[in-house]
Amino acid sequence: MRLFSFFSVGILFGIVMTKSEAVSWFRIHEMFRFESFHMYGIIGVAVILGATIIAAMKKFQIKTLRGTFVSYTPKNLNVKRHLLAGSIFGMGWALMGACPGPMFVMLGNGFAIFALVILSATLGTFTYGVVRDRLPH
Amino acid sequence: MATSQIGMSFLSQPWHWSVSGIAIAAILFIMTWMGRSFGVSTAFKGFCNMAGAGKKYDFFNFDIKNEYWRMAFVLGAIGGGFLTSVFFASPSPVAISDATISHLQDWGINYPQGNGLFPDEIFHFGNPLGVILAIIGGFLVGFGARYGDGCTSGHAITGLSHLQLPSLITVIGFFIGGIIMTWGIMPLIFG
Repeated sequence: MRLFSFFSVGILFGIVMTKSEAVSWFRIHEMFRFESFHMYGIIGVAVILGATIIAAMKKFQIKTLRGTFVSYTPKNLNVKRHLLAGSIFGMGWALMGACPGPMFVMLGNGFAIFALVILSATLGTFTYGVVRDRLPH
Repeated sequence: MATSQIGMSFLSQPWHWSVSGIAIAAILFIMTWMGRSFGVSTAFKGFCNMAGAGKKYDFFNFDIKNEYWRMAFVLGAIGGGFLTSVFFASPSPVAISDATISHLQDWGINYPQGNGLFPDEIFHFGNPLGVILAIIGGFLVGFGARYGDGCTSGHAITGLSHLQLPSLITVIGFFIGGIIMTWGIMPLIFG
C-alpha cells in the first residue's frame, strides 16, 4: 500500500515533468544558452514555494506520515568537491538534456535510448563507488 | 464545458512555467509529508546494490528494502511519462525560442522533432554517434550525482528548499558544467 502511494506520486511526477517541458532536451539546451526564461521560472517558483512550505512545516512542527518531524541531514560542505561533482553532472545534463528524474520520464514517453542512458548512469554511479576513496571529498 | 473536459483540456495544453513550478513544489510537499527526502539519483545506487555490487564494495552494501519506495517512485515516473504521451500530449511541439531554433539549424538539428521533447534524429539506436553520446552523458550524470551526493531533485529542489549551502554550490556546479558542455564541447560535436 505504501509502495503504491510512492508509485502514484511517481506517476504524478512523470505527468508534471512532461507537461512542464522540463524533460525536453530543447528546453534544457535553451536554458543553458540563456535564450528563454521558462526553466528559470519553473525552478525559481518551485524553490521559493518549496522553501516556504518546508519552513512552515518545520515551524508548525507538522508530523510526517512516518511520525517524524521534517528535518534535513546536512551534507558536509566541501566547495571543491561540490563544484567539481556538480560540473561533471552538469556536463551530462546538458549533453542528454536530462537529469535523473527526466531520464525515467523520457523512457516512459517512448524514447527508448533512455534505457541505455539509465544503464550508463548506473555504471557511472558504480564507478564512483569504486574510485571514491581516491577522490577529494 | 463539463469539469472533466476542462481537466482534460488543462492536461492537454502546455503549462505556464508558474503552474509547473507550483506543481513541482506540491510534489516536494507530498514527498516530505510522506517522510522521505525527495531525490531521484539514489535510485542508480539502488540498482548497483540489486546487481550485487554490495558484496564487493561497502558503498553499495545497504538494506535495499529501505529503497523500495524510491524504486516504486521511478517506476511511477516511467508510467507518468507514458500516460502523458498517450493521453495528454500537447497539440503542438514545445514552444522554444526562435533564437534557439535558429542556432540549432546552424548545427543541422531540425526543429521540431521528437514532439519538441527530444532530438531523436541524433539520439537513437541506429546512430553510433548518438549511442556513444548517450553512454557518455548518462555516465557523467550518474558519476557526478553520486560524487556530489544528489541531483537536480535532491539539490536544486529539496536542498535549496532546506536552504542548504552545499546544495547551492552544487547547483552552481551544474551550471558551470552545463555551460562548458553547451558552449564549449557541443559546438565541437555538432557545429
